[in-house]
Amino acid sequence: MVAADLPYWAQSLLRVLGGTVAVLLPAGTIVYLFLFKMMSFMQSRLGPMEAGPYGSMQLFAEVGKWLQKEDIQPELADKRIFKIAPLIVLVSTFILVAVVPFGPDAWFTNFETGVFYALAVSSVSVLGILIAGWSSANKYSLLGGLRAAGQLIAYELPMVLAVIGVVIQAGTLNLQGIVVSQNAGSMFGWDGLGNPYILTQFVGFLVFMISVQAELTQTPFDMPIAESELVSGYMTEYSGFRFLIFFIAEFANVGVFTLIASILFLGGWGIPFSWFGWTSVDSIDNWMNVVGPLIMVTKMIVLSFIVMWVRFSYPRLREDQLQRFAWKVLIPVSLVNIMITAVLKVMF
Amino acid sequence: MLAQNVQVAQNIGFGIIAAVMIASALKVVTSSNVVHAALALVAVLAGAAAQYLLLAAEFVAVTQILVYVGAVMVLFLFGVMLTRAKLGRDADLNNKNAKVGIPVALLMLGVMVYVLIDGWHATKLPQDGGQVELKNVSDSIFVPYLLPFWALSFVLLAAVIGAIVLARKD
Repeated sequence: MVAADLPYWAQSLLRVLGGTVAVLLPAGTIVYLFLFKMMSFMQSRLGPMEAGPYGSMQLFAEVGKWLQKEDIQPELADKRIFKIAPLIVLVSTFILVAVVPFGPDAWFTNFETGVFYALAVSSVSVLGILIAGWSSANKYSLLGGLRAAGQLIAYELPMVLAVIGVVIQAGTLNLQGIVVSQNAGSMFGWDGLGNPYILTQFVGFLVFMISVQAELTQTPFDMPIAESELVSGYMTEYSGFRFLIFFIAEFANVGVFTLIASILFLGGWGIPFSWFGWTSVDSIDNWMNVVGPLIMVTKMIVLSFIVMWVRFSYPRLREDQLQRFAWKVLIPVSLVNIMITAVLKVMF
Repeated sequence: MLAQNVQVAQNIGFGIIAAVMIASALKVVTSSNVVHAALALVAVLAGAAAQYLLLAAEFVAVTQILVYVGAVMVLFLFGVMLTRAKLGRDADLNNKNAKVGIPVALLMLGVMVYVLIDGWHATKLPQDGGQVELKNVSDSIFVPYLLPFWALSFVLLAAVIGAIVLARKD
């Protein structure tokens, strides 16, 4: 507990810095590893190779390029809102990471209603996308924004419902509590692996990951930015720095959502407590505060690999297929999942 | 003279947030652009959530964000943009009878202040009441207030069915 010795302002400063790292580092990793390299390999090409060894400095080159570009705003655009919109999207990602625990003491804030907070804050980014589309004074942008809003509302429901199964099983809304209950748990009396909820909540995991794919507007759910129909959807009129903000927000969101998925279903930062004879959070050794974040990031990379793999492999869904899939398949499935989980919880 | 046990930081926070909320609320009714008005309303609702947080009612605060900012206002903007959302000023947005609203609003304020003072007199809530446990919230919703909770659900269900009936052509 190093943080306890520091004054409040120093703690807050550390938390803000830590949060920035926790958002930007996964975003950079995902863009370089998957968007640049994995996609290239899947298409039998090398991807960026010039900047740094194996093109690993390409990201800095890209950021430098975007920052140099002219700041273009459409003549008829609603200038003020046009400028605010990307920030709303980015800020909602930053305040989302505030509840993610990275270790027994390595958390930014230990919110009692952590999962609920995460789901609520993630829904705010829709607002930014919607007004970005509107303020651009462009038909394509407006259509993209409306599509995005329709899609994000539709897929937020199955996401929330999928999480409820986990919450019922863990008996808490606190993300730290969910991590602990998985790693301290046991399967039929055997506690060698803890009880990761991906085993008991597999249906919930599938529904959650599909909804995350849609919430992040990754292909096959990229109707809002369908480039063959809408140029680039709500981002059409954005260029230079503002486009960069949307771009960072998109991949930072992938990182944060997969971090949350790893907490809910894969046991988060923890390793099964029985390995080292731990019984509760307080008895965990201090080195877990260093190892925990590494475990989290590993799980995040595995999950975001799946998200990007699906993104590069499947063609886009049609708008009506997309809506029907959410309302007629995912929501009923997750409702049944909640019912079964609740019944089993009461029985055992 | 500063009274004992006044939580200074919380009171300053309350003042700042309240000022922002009042300014935004005035913008909601005076703005000549529908979308600007809606965004100002978002600021008011988010400010309410921040006030709940100051009162250590985090569950209510998060619910406020999820329901009002994340859902109601998004649907609001969605509807406005589908039907009428001109960029720039909208001349016929403000009603000519708007001034009638001022005395009504003042009357409402008076009634609410009267009710609050009449109902509570000098009783003050404990300052360090601490956080409300989530368990207590759910226990009170699902035990003493179960019937009103169900009734509310039925009202919402009726509204949903009504909307479907109105929207379907066949």
